[in-house]
Amino acid sequence: MYEGFFSGRVITNLFADNAALGIAAVVMTLVILSGGIDLSVGSMLGFTTILIAVLVQQKGMHPLSAIAIALGIGTVFGAFMGFLIHRYDLPPFLVTLGGMFLARGMAFVISKESLGIENAFYNHMADFGIPLGGKAALSATALIYLLLFALGIVVTHFTPFGRNIYALGGSEPSARLMGVPIGSTKIAVYALSGFGAALAGAVSTFYTTSGNPTTGGGFELDVIASVVIGGTLLTGGVGTQLGTLAGVLIFGTIHSALDFDGRLNSYWLRIAIGGLLLIFILFQRFLTRTSALTR
Amino acid sequence: MSIPVLRAQNISKAFQGVKALDGVELTLRTGEIHALMGENGAGKSTLIKVLTGVYTPDSGGIEFDGVAIAPGSTREAEAAGISTVYQEVNLIPTLSIADNILLGRQPRRFGCLRKGEMKRRAEAALARLGLKLDVGQPLNSCSMAVQQMVAIARALDIQAKVLILDEPTSSLDEREVEFLFGIMRKLRKDGMAILFVTHFLDQVYAVSDRITVLRNGKFVGDYQAAELPRLKLIGAMLGRNFEEMEHLREETAHAAPSRKVFLETHKLGRRGIINPIDLNIAAGEVVGLAGLLGSGRTETAKMLFGIDLPDQGEIQIEGEKVSIKSARQAVQHGLAFCSEDRKSEGLIPHLSVRENLILAMQASRGPLRLLPRKEQDALAAHYIRALNIKTPNAEAQISNLSGGNQQKVMLARWLAMQPKLIILDEPTRGIDVGAKAEIEKLVHSLKSQGMAVLFISSDMEEIVRTCQRVVVLRDRKKVGELSGEDIQVNRIMNVIAHHDE
Repeated sequence: MYEGFFSGRVITNLFADNAALGIAAVVMTLVILSGGIDLSVGSMLGFTTILIAVLVQQKGMHPLSAIAIALGIGTVFGAFMGFLIHRYDLPPFLVTLGGMFLARGMAFVISKESLGIENAFYNHMADFGIPLGGKAALSATALIYLLLFALGIVVTHFTPFGRNIYALGGSEPSARLMGVPIGSTKIAVYALSGFGAALAGAVSTFYTTSGNPTTGGGFELDVIASVVIGGTLLTGGVGTQLGTLAGVLIFGTIHSALDFDGRLNSYWLRIAIGGLLLIFILFQRFLTRTSALTR
Repeated sequence: MSIPVLRAQNISKAFQGVKALDGVELTLRTGEIHALMGENGAGKSTLIKVLTGVYTPDSGGIEFDGVAIAPGSTREAEAAGISTVYQEVNLIPTLSIADNILLGRQPRRFGCLRKGEMKRRAEAALARLGLKLDVGQPLNSCSMAVQQMVAIARALDIQAKVLILDEPTSSLDEREVEFLFGIMRKLRKDGMAILFVTHFLDQVYAVSDRITVLRNGKFVGDYQAAELPRLKLIGAMLGRNFEEMEHLREETAHAAPSRKVFLETHKLGRRGIINPIDLNIAAGEVVGLAGLLGSGRTETAKMLFGIDLPDQGEIQIEGEKVSIKSARQAVQHGLAFCSEDRKSEGLIPHLSVRENLILAMQASRGPLRLLPRKEQDALAAHYIRALNIKTPNAEAQISNLSGGNQQKVMLARWLAMQPKLIILDEPTRGIDVGAKAEIEKLVHSLKSQGMAVLFISSDMEEIVRTCQRVVVLRDRKKVGELSGEDIQVNRIMNVIAHHDE
């Protein structure tokens, strides 16, 4: 129906265009597996873009230093939310909701308007690409996403830390009695989430070569939707990084399909995602119920 | 033999001014099975949590191998050599068996898990118990008994010198209990000190060498099991004489039920869950459902109550055919169901005693017609008194009550509905002897008031004491029915054992 839709280039673009979403989804998977949620990632992404833009354009900082600072702030911010959640036994939903407003406010404190980035380093990044044959090439943003995804797989599925996250989401009281370090695991999960959101912000400055305090409104919900479509249970304890990759690609494919067909409007994306989300949740429920019956 | 490995002295612990433990002592020796006995609220759980580092004692000290220790967390206690299997299996249902056995101490290389080594070690830990399982399967695909064994395997995987088993047998059937005892004896031979907490007296005498008794947070005594007769043990636990239960049995025997059948089923069944079953229960009658774990007792109850829908047969209530497709309809027909799993299927832990108590009643009124507060208070006050629920007041959070008292609130919730038939699924599981006697007495008085009671229990003696008729299930099939003088533990066992001939 759409000629050229499944070319190699479209596939690499799928990764490049959804790098920010994918990166945030890798860490959001950890958060949701642990039985939590992080609503602050969209605001954190917006904050990061404008922070980097201002540091590079107005303070004349090297982009790499600016990005390092942004990643540091994101990590500390996330760790602080994790600390509140753990220390005072607060619901993650509320704490990260507070974090969401806070980060968005901070973004506007830095600059009320969007700011373009003109910098040699950014030009290099835009030109960077690992040729994969044909017209397809792996861009810097896609590469960062794939690296983080690989790292995510290792951390989630092959480390004791990953097991602790699953245990935490499966049953927190049991995990405590089994000697899982609840506090440090939780704080680490939210710190990673803040780091991931900041990295997503940095990647999005590569993509748009600008910073904008309004970027990422509703982004956190796209991320959560991708993770859930990928089969991770919102109650925690069940899910895989591979599933999340599928969720991100499904999300991205619908996005691309709508871009490809100029007649369709962006609200169709929302409708499609909404419908899909409902279908997937029903599907999950159906699967868990049949597996419970066959026991 | 007989070297003290763990000695806790003068342990006290208070919660908000209430003393849960008051100068308690406990001495465990290598190569012994030591029973910890006491009513609910005696402080057994608190003592265990002190030993395992969940709570820090307000005063007193713990010596392990002659060295003073003060574990600040489960992990530290485990590192010191004290391992625990808790009453409610505290594992992660969504993780695999191997993950559950090794969580927190997985073999690793370069920070990554060594999955092959994990599989090997998990299998080895299970092999010590004589089990062979696919350790890759998620825990929630296993039966409760297997989950319990996995919990023990987890405790054994660390090189513990002290193993604490907190009511390990409460969800096991008899064969599994024997199996567990075999394991305990084997571990005792290996020099392990085992602290065994249970409510079943038979089990205490079957395996224990010594018995420590607590009452109301105080230390009562440390006895040789062989030198402590049962009655004395019960007396020590309760601080009073214990003749009520015998008494009850005689009354039951004398009662002649009027046969006015309230509920009757014909070939009621559901494929794969329970084979077609014929039941009838009369008003003023207590009918027991006996059988081993997994024999279909709870399944039958859930079918009657519209939770699991039958796919064949019919239910008649007072002679008329009815269709019960939901718990709501069951309630409308005058049925009530007290679930065996009060933790996840009954109580709302954050609500108060009063709020838990009026739940069913409010639900039947619908969301708009709020039960007036005055009536709520009156109801709560009435049942707290009538059922002797031990709570500071009606507004206390229910999760702070002991298991037996929580169970009574559950009962009160349904009694407030004035049902015609009440289904009690393991109403005395995990509660102490005193509360057990009270609940049995309560069942007896319900019967005298003309209520029909379906009584499910794995405690055969309790069934014998309480029921006028007993329906015996085995392998999801009704295999016999006993009444009157035939209701004896050995007859029930015979029916369960010999229906194949």
